[in-house]
Amino acid sequence: MGELRLMKGNEAIAEAAIRAGADAYFGYPITPQSEIMEYLASQETHKRTGMVLLQAESEIAAINMVYGAASTGKKAITSSSSPGISLKMEGLSYMAGSELPCVVVNVVRGGPGLGTIQPSQADYFQATKGGGHGDYHLIVLAPSSVQEMSDFVKLGFELAFKYRNPVMILSDGVIGQMMEKVELFDPIPRVTEFDQSWVATGKTPDRERNIVTSLDLDPHKMEQHNRDIMAKYERMKKEDVRYEEVDCDDIDYLFVAYGSSARICQKAIKLAREEGIRVGLIRPITLFPFPTKEIAHLGDRVKGILSVELNTGQMVEDVRLAINGKVQVEHYGRVGGVIHSPIELLEALKKTFITK
Amino acid sequence: MAKVRGAIVVDVERCKGCEICIDSCPTSVIRMSPTVNNKGYRYAYMENPENCTGCSNCAIVCPDGVITVYRKKIEVEI
Amino acid sequence: MKTTDNLNMSTEDLIREENLVYKKTECMTDAVLSFCPGCGHGVIHRLTMEVVEEMGIQSDTIGIASVGCSVLAYDFMNVDMTGAAHGRAPAVATGIKRCWPDKFVFTYQGDGDLAAIGTAETIHACNRGENITIIFVNNGIYGMTGGQMAPTTLEGMKSSTTPYGRDISLMGNPIKITELVSQLPGTYYVTRQAVHTPSAVRKAKKAIRTAFESQKLKKGLSLIEFVSNCNSGWKMTPVEANKWMEEHMFPFYPLGDIKVEGKLIK
Repeated sequence: MGELRLMKGNEAIAEAAIRAGADAYFGYPITPQSEIMEYLASQETHKRTGMVLLQAESEIAAINMVYGAASTGKKAITSSSSPGISLKMEGLSYMAGSELPCVVVNVVRGGPGLGTIQPSQADYFQATKGGGHGDYHLIVLAPSSVQEMSDFVKLGFELAFKYRNPVMILSDGVIGQMMEKVELFDPIPRVTEFDQSWVATGKTPDRERNIVTSLDLDPHKMEQHNRDIMAKYERMKKEDVRYEEVDCDDIDYLFVAYGSSARICQKAIKLAREEGIRVGLIRPITLFPFPTKEIAHLGDRVKGILSVELNTGQMVEDVRLAINGKVQVEHYGRVGGVIHSPIELLEALKKTFITK
Repeated sequence: MAKVRGAIVVDVERCKGCEICIDSCPTSVIRMSPTVNNKGYRYAYMENPENCTGCSNCAIVCPDGVITVYRKKIEVEI
Repeated sequence: MKTTDNLNMSTEDLIREENLVYKKTECMTDAVLSFCPGCGHGVIHRLTMEVVEEMGIQSDTIGIASVGCSVLAYDFMNVDMTGAAHGRAPAVATGIKRCWPDKFVFTYQGDGDLAAIGTAETIHACNRGENITIIFVNNGIYGMTGGQMAPTTLEGMKSSTTPYGRDISLMGNPIKITELVSQLPGTYYVTRQAVHTPSAVRKAKKAIRTAFESQKLKKGLSLIEFVSNCNSGWKMTPVEANKWMEEHMFPFYPLGDIKVEGKLIK
């Protein structure tokens, strides 16, 4: 068993970055995730593992520092919250286009604009549909516990390098700020010997120069580049869809929820079953690639599906695409930093599908 | 006594005929060709090759790096 | 009269390997430069690569191309390179250099990239004293996009977005970012050069060498501004553009060292 600790979600992210053998963290403070960089600074990462830690002048600079490190094959991570993530979107588009690996943490707060510092899941569209310009996707991991905040950093780097694509950990203020028991994975040493066939580390006489770029002025080459990237996304959909089913053996109704909303749904399921309402939960862990087939499969067995999100209805669109009209799919959510309660979710389920 | 002779070789197809080399030549060796290359540019050539000292001025100001320079000291006994 | 070679020897006889005194460096690729005829970019590319060749650091050099006419720098420079988003090259360079402190890292940026959209990245990289080299080409205009006003466009200078000349009361002042960053403690060597004449080229190359040598000694950031031409954007012949540059650009952007070995000299 790994080392057990009581930690904040944000601290777990930071500790996991060190243990995952990250080479560099570049960031800029923003509530509710500033503990990530603070924790890294407290650990003196340059002494502990040699990991570079730098507070940048902006989120834009931070993601471009990540871009630089990644273009030389290094494991780099950055973190921010919604307004800051918007600023990173340019860099993420370039990284996806240049096929560079990295991990980006978004501890989501309410928007739009400066919004609120309270928790939210309003960045689902931005995270899963690309977010910046051009045709691309991030791999999106949605932790619903402090344990997963830690585990998904390690998993995130594995997926980022497997596909040479940025990975986003889409958390929120609830998971970032709360404290839970976490079992830390054993530290992985930083990698010093790695595949340098594509990275910009200096042209040696035995090879042609390496160029890291997202630009090609030849439209046919650019089309092929786009198709190659799309092929990666198709492969992700085949090999790396992750989800969890809760109490789905005998269901008439289904909650679909991720992250903090999924935790609240679990309590709502208990309350519902006390009243004899057979409801279960599917919790997408990868929001991209989305568990489309799995939701469609569960959809064959239920009378109604409620997509529970801390937003005005974003993931519900992907659920509806998965269900394709076979059964009624509705959305329920609170916004602006307000969090739904389990009783509220039970009432919403009843009102939407049962008592109508 | 020593005299210096020089010569330049212009990569004609890469020359864009900007004429900056002409201005830089201290011995007025270079002119632009009356004909054009495949890209449609007039190109630099040695109009007065006997004056070239191989100083390389033209080559180092050439934006396209199309000029290669040769230079030889010639011992002359009188 | 006794000579091994005749003063009247033919040009063909001179063109021999043993007489070779100048040819394009192997650190440039064979790709035809995409720049307009007479553009200073080609010379600045070549001088940078000549320094890399002469220092024998090709296998330890990482370049960062920017956005603008220099966007395709990696097609021409035969070193490992990465292409940065518009203005972000100093941040990308920071990310690389922090992970690879013993490599030589340089950015190659135009005035729109460095002095407008990338001002924050430029100033903070300079202020942190990142141990990198910034090659900054200032031609007072946005060349790639078709000749719009740049942060460095001179007062009264015409561009496609200032067709009647830059009016300071409406469009603000041209920025001397090189003088600005020279004030920051992180900069070690700051200079302004040109490449329009043979003597300017020779000085410019020495400046690039100084910058890379300073990087080798881990002294801090070096920034070399090149006041250059944009004959297409300025709508002049290359020779006219160089003359105009001497008469108009140099008085406002005077050539010479501004900061040497960490000390202001101007």
